[in-house]
Amino acid sequence: MVNVGDSRMIKDQVLAEKVFYLNRALLKQYADASGDQNPIHQDEAFAKSVGLPDVIAHGMLTMALVGKYVSDAAGGSAKVLEFGGRFTKPVIVPAGHDVDLTVSATVSDVAQGKATLSISATSAGVKVLGMAKAVVAL
Amino acid sequence: MISPDSIGRTFPGTESITISQSEIDAFCAVIGETDSSIAPPTFSIRISLQQSEVILTSPEVGIKWDRLVHGDQKFDIKRPIKAGDVVTCSSTIESAREVAGNEIISVRSDISSAEELLVSSWSTLVIRA
Repeated sequence: MVNVGDSRMIKDQVLAEKVFYLNRALLKQYADASGDQNPIHQDEAFAKSVGLPDVIAHGMLTMALVGKYVSDAAGGSAKVLEFGGRFTKPVIVPAGHDVDLTVSATVSDVAQGKATLSISATSAGVKVLGMAKAVVAL
Repeated sequence: MISPDSIGRTFPGTESITISQSEIDAFCAVIGETDSSIAPPTFSIRISLQQSEVILTSPEVGIKWDRLVHGDQKFDIKRPIKAGDVVTCSSTIESAREVAGNEIISVRSDISSAEELLVSSWSTLVIRA
């Protein structure tokens, strides 16, 4: 039987890039939705007082957006079985700016009804997630 | 420093949390997800990270949360969370080590509804010197 539909993936396939935009308002929205009200994600003076260049996005906001990319690629959140990554550099969000989060992925393996995606995520050209991988149901 | 006695310990989640549609909707709205019939893949961090904070900052474990940086995160989703699920979250401090004065702590969280395991997740938390 041949599988058709959005979730069809073959090994070494390169998935389309998607760009998300983050700004201070989105960080506040994520703080409320996640319960993580750490001031380094909202208060510029506080962030700088602890040695950060500016307000930074929650690592888990970055991962939530990359998770949306994976859900879309897989044909829905229900198909996402495993998802992980390492926070290599913060996404820096200056006031009054929309900062990019550019996500792409390659299908690194297909076996037993599942595909493994190797994911790239950068902001302002800097890699923000390392070793990012997801396993999705086909 | 983390109390050595706490390494390897599992802290059972005693409090039951009822997942509401409005909290799933709010999370979906942030990421632009239009299907909120189930929770997005990383939604469970809302439960597990809060629980980790309570456990790790308790006097018996002794971690200072204000020096914490999230190192990495992984999710293993057995069944997506949805509104109406009544869940508990148990957390295990799997390991702790020190690198250049920073403490690196690995915590596993298991979110279950009744006896069904929904999501396991692993967080590496770095407590900066």
